[in-house]
Amino acid sequence: MSGEKHHIVPYRLYFVVLIALLALTFASVWITSIELRDYTVAAALLFAIVKSYLVLNYFMHLKYDKPYIKIMVGFVFAIFLVMIVITFLDYLYR
Amino acid sequence: MQTTAVNGANYLTYQGKYKGLLGWILSTDHKRIGLLYLYSIATMFTTGVLLGLAMKFELLAPGKTIMEAQTYNSVFTVHGVIMIFMVVVPGLPAVFGNLMLPIMIGARDVAFPKLNLLSWWLYVAGVFLVLAALLFGKGSPDTGWTFYAPYSFKTGTNMLPAIFGAFVLGFSSILTGLNFLVTIHRLRCKGMKWMKLPLFVWTLYGTAWIQLLATPVVGITLVLVALERVFGVGIFDPALGGDPILYQHLFWIYSHPAVYIMILPAMGAISEIIPTFAQKHIFGYKALIASTMAIAFVGYLVWGHHMFTAGMSGTAQYYFSLLTFIVAIPSAIKVFNWISTLYKGSINVQTPFYWAVSFIFVFMIGGLSGLVLGALATDVHVHDTAFVVAHFHYIVFGGTGFAFFAAIHYWFPKIFGRMYDKAWANTGWLVFFVGFLALYTPMFYLGMMGMPRRYYDYLEEFHGGNILSTFGSWVLVTGFIIIVVNLVRSARKGAPAEANPWHGRTLEWTVPSPPPVLNFDEEPVLGEKDGPYNYE
Repeated sequence: MSGEKHHIVPYRLYFVVLIALLALTFASVWITSIELRDYTVAAALLFAIVKSYLVLNYFMHLKYDKPYIKIMVGFVFAIFLVMIVITFLDYLYR
Repeated sequence: MQTTAVNGANYLTYQGKYKGLLGWILSTDHKRIGLLYLYSIATMFTTGVLLGLAMKFELLAPGKTIMEAQTYNSVFTVHGVIMIFMVVVPGLPAVFGNLMLPIMIGARDVAFPKLNLLSWWLYVAGVFLVLAALLFGKGSPDTGWTFYAPYSFKTGTNMLPAIFGAFVLGFSSILTGLNFLVTIHRLRCKGMKWMKLPLFVWTLYGTAWIQLLATPVVGITLVLVALERVFGVGIFDPALGGDPILYQHLFWIYSHPAVYIMILPAMGAISEIIPTFAQKHIFGYKALIASTMAIAFVGYLVWGHHMFTAGMSGTAQYYFSLLTFIVAIPSAIKVFNWISTLYKGSINVQTPFYWAVSFIFVFMIGGLSGLVLGALATDVHVHDTAFVVAHFHYIVFGGTGFAFFAAIHYWFPKIFGRMYDKAWANTGWLVFFVGFLALYTPMFYLGMMGMPRRYYDYLEEFHGGNILSTFGSWVLVTGFIIIVVNLVRSARKGAPAEANPWHGRTLEWTVPSPPPVLNFDEEPVLGEKDGPYNYE
């Protein structure tokens, strides 16, 4: 494990990602001031997805990991998505 | 590839930084942690058995026999919480996963030994929290182990410590799963390719994924119930605009995969025992791996079959029923492969083998009765009856429980370095098996005739079946006592065991019994022709 190369990420990139996360947090608060009715939750989730993507890729180094790690994380999100879809088979058709 | 105990000390006698009891409860050795889990889980199992015995006493005759209705509600709740969260979910992975996984893959320990010890401590903390819910406050929880909303936040009984205890036990499970995943990915010895992994390791791998992904869902759900009780936030309470069926979705999103946390390692243990006692390469090695991963995956998607009568949409019911039938296929593949392994094998009939074949027998009955519950029309008839109790116990007790006893009798000489009395072990199995059949089989009939579960009373027409079932519980407990006394006595005074008494081919049989502290003198290397089931 210790013999493997680790990607060194410059501090500047971390800082840029941090600024982006803060901006997205403010944006997700700001979006609630607009009347989007049923899409309010969808908008909040959209911002959350983008923020998760940034955290996973840069702070958790997924961007620099081996493909099989990316596949495993992708698989987890796929399971999560399928669970949501299946749950809505109940709510949408009840 | 034989390892010798050149360093002298084995993990049972080794004296490290801490002596005595501290040398155990602060040890990061995976084998000692496995034994800590074994003793903890055996204690909780005995407690659960006593509660089950009390329930069967109550059902010996209609009306009140030994306890009030409210006490009965608490007893079946506590029996369920103990047996599910403290026994069968941690059961095989925490005990035999810890004891055997690193040795089976040629490693010296798990990837995160300190995290492993933390898992056990969290388990102990969870146990004490749940026990606190029983002994202090406003009375033991009475919701059933499922904590169904809205009753779970309306009841005046002591729910919060029980919920918090289950939450902490979930954390323990997550950490164990994470540890095993990393261990299997990173610590396999040279030559131990994925297609050379023992099947027990493969099932631990599938289980670890479920532990890691499904357990947080129930953790969050239990936190939501606590918030509902304390702050009335209105997520599940229909009076506040919440949806109680959402609770059932969230609960079963975890708790159905949890059934596979219980049964997959059990299947793995059986997949080790069958080829060893048939002295034959396992039939369909790759099919068994594929079926393990298929069960782990499809098992995520069938939770709704617990909710057919809860008011779910018809569309969802069709979907869940279909997938429930699909998940039966990989289980059937496993049974087919085990039986095919026995065909033309040189069968060595020993106690682990008895447990393994009786596992297949009761698991098949449990699985097939599950199809009755997976079909929409028949489920409506038997839902919430004794039929469900019979099915569940045939799968979880007959499956996980029998496999646990198979595994302890299989790995006992390796773990303790001593052999048990085989005649008493066989007697224990026979009495236990007969008791099991007498205890649970009448419940299929009682359920089909309409006897509801979770009632301390019943109609006169159900009396005969209940007498037989209660009698079965006494026989089963007699068998359990024989087994425990034999194993406890043998662990101290049994004849010294050989390194490989069953002529197994997996790596744990290449190290001395009991294993040295660091398992191997040198890291083992698997050659091209080495494999876990190469008997030819």
